[in-house]
Amino acid sequence: MSVLVYTESENGKLKKSAYEVASYAKAVADQLGSSVTAISFNTENNDQLGTYGVSKVLNVTDDKLATFNALAYANSIAQAAKSENTQVIVVSSSTNSKFLAPILAAKLKAGYVPNVVAAPESTSPFSVKRTAFSNKGFAHTEITTDIKIVGVSNNAFGIMENQTTATVESYNADLSDADFAVKSIEIDKVAGQVTIADADIVVSGGRGLKGPENWGMIEELAEILGAATACSKPVSDMGWRPHGEHVGQTGKPVASNLYIAIGISGAIQHLAGVSASKTKVVINSDPEAPFFKAADYGIVGDAFEVVPQLIEKLKQFKAQNA
Amino acid sequence: MKILVCISNVPDTTSKINFTDGDTKFDTNGVQFVINPNDEFGLTRAMWFKEKQGTTVHIATVGEASVEPTMRKALAIGADEAIRVNAAPTDGFFVAEQLANIIKDGGYDLVIAGRESIDYNGGMVPGILATLLGMNFVNTCISLEVEGTTATAIREIDGGKETVQTSLPLVIGGQKGLVQESDLKIPNMRGIMMARKKTLTVVEPIEATVATKDAKFDKPMAKGAVKLVNSADELVDLLHNEAKVI
Ligand SMILES: Cc1cc2nc3c(=O)[nH]c(=O)nc-3n(C[C@H](O)[C@H](O)[C@H](O)COP(=O)(O)OP(=O)(O)OC[C@H]3O[C@@H](n4cnc5c(N)ncnc54)[C@H](O)[C@@H]3O)c2cc1C
Ligand SMILES: Cc1cc2nc3c(=O)[nH]c(=O)nc-3n(C[C@H](O)[C@H](O)[C@H](O)COP(=O)(O)OP(=O)(O)OC[C@H]3O[C@@H](n4cnc5c(N)ncnc54)[C@H](O)[C@@H]3O)c2cc1C
Repeated sequence: MSVLVYTESENGKLKKSAYEVASYAKAVADQLGSSVTAISFNTENNDQLGTYGVSKVLNVTDDKLATFNALAYANSIAQAAKSENTQVIVVSSSTNSKFLAPILAAKLKAGYVPNVVAAPESTSPFSVKRTAFSNKGFAHTEITTDIKIVGVSNNAFGIMENQTTATVESYNADLSDADFAVKSIEIDKVAGQVTIADADIVVSGGRGLKGPENWGMIEELAEILGAATACSKPVSDMGWRPHGEHVGQTGKPVASNLYIAIGISGAIQHLAGVSASKTKVVINSDPEAPFFKAADYGIVGDAFEVVPQLIEKLKQFKAQNA
Repeated sequence: MKILVCISNVPDTTSKINFTDGDTKFDTNGVQFVINPNDEFGLTRAMWFKEKQGTTVHIATVGEASVEPTMRKALAIGADEAIRVNAAPTDGFFVAEQLANIIKDGGYDLVIAGRESIDYNGGMVPGILATLLGMNFVNTCISLEVEGTTATAIREIDGGKETVQTSLPLVIGGQKGLVQESDLKIPNMRGIMMARKKTLTVVEPIEATVATKDAKFDKPMAKGAVKLVNSADELVDLLHNEAKVI
């Protein structure tokens, strides 16, 4: 009996989200009276997982799996789930995890619930709380299959230390050519850039910024905060910013610790996608902008005055707290 | 080439969300239903294949009779035929098995579904059905070209994009980007008239897996009032000392 967690890495190092899903898996294992096994792909620092309650790590080392491949990864995880006699599989909310989880669900005939925000409410029936209707509601969902797959919403559970010693084993599943029928041709990604999915802080700009030439201060603010940059839908529709930055109900979801909205009115579709962020700050010249009703902190003012001041203050703050 | 577009019938994005029957059901009262936005991009891409490559485009929805107006809208946009599986779609696994059952014998080369249905946000129907059928699968798809039996797709990844190549038969989970926003098709009068005469076949559901059950719903707690601050100084102080996020 075990809880199996898929711990993601990038360039051989575990991602921050890996520690969160490991922490979540430990909470589930404690409820079930079982232990946590992690599965990693080509990862160097698996021993770190012991700090978060993982007692065994299966490290897949296969050059063919150097690049993410949803089917081949899912097949590896499915085989590990069988050999580990797994009851519950835990994955993150990354684009890759959301790609492979349904494949895994079909292979194992397992119920999959994504966007889960807390440890299981009960294990019999197995019930979890998840967001639904783009954060406008929550559902308490029971999973009725033997094997259960839980997708943990970013930053919802948090990282919890639980000192254990992780033994790392190498693991290789049986894969065939059919598992590689979707081939990666090219990956276009800026190295070292904070992504919206992984960011603790997201700085987002809207139509109130008037034009793409004014994004310099948004990027500068993001850089000081170590934040990812994002934008409202019309901003990406007009080509001011790349589509990948569009956040909201029909764009990327944001669940950061801090979301700073600058020159964004706060339309219902925008708010739906960003409201899972813990602290929301709005900077808008119109005190009636709907975003003020959804924010924790607000400054009524002209972004072209406020943002440069904020950059200055943050520089001073950084210097003092460095 | 024969395409099936899977259409989920969802509350309009501006809908207020409420629950009823002791918070065990979504309250559809006064809610306007539309084609799931991700599916609208997929359907428009399917119309492009129809115009440029002479493909046939069918649509399918798992739902009770109340979903038919949304299906007629998809027919008015230009789909040729529609299939409705007559069942309440309460679980992603169940929906995927129903769709797999009609795809299995339908001779479809390409199945276009959405990355996610904006109501229950499961993001699982296309992946499950592709796996059940042994079809290739590309998720978060923002571009798709087909030549012969080879498909080249671009998928969105965290922080960028990835170009992948695969072969038909293929299932995609599509989203914005598949076509330009400005190319989204709005049904015109002629389309609406023609849609009335198009075939909408109703099939009964098969016995299928129900993997999850939404036992209860609730709404987020009401938020406290915003704290308005007058200076960047004050904001930095609050973010550091009160919110503890910097
Ligand atoms: C089906 C559908 C799906 C949608 N999905 C999304 C989605 O996923 N994400 C999304 O963002 N939108 C989405 N939208 C669009 C949404 O309805 C809004 O149109 C959009 O969010 C508005 O973007 P905005 O806030 O940047 O622009 P606006 O609404 O034009 O707001 C600009 C704001 O900037 C302020 N401003 C102007 N000048 C200044 C200044 N100098 N300093 C400070 N503030 C200033 C103004 O007061 C105003 O509040 C969707 C719409 C539909 C119909
Ligand atoms: C009255 C009513 C009550 C419902 N109650 C629930 C409920 O309690 N819990 C719940 O999870 N769902 C419920 N649904 C169904 C929901 O709308 C979805 O059809 C289904 O649950 C799959 O949701 P998902 O979020 O997993 O879809 P996703 O996997 O996010 O959908 C991805 C894509 O799959 C395709 N797809 C999804 N659903 C359908 C469908 N029905 N027909 C054809 N293609 C589809 C679309 O292309 C969609 O873009 C209800 C529907 C109705 C009408």
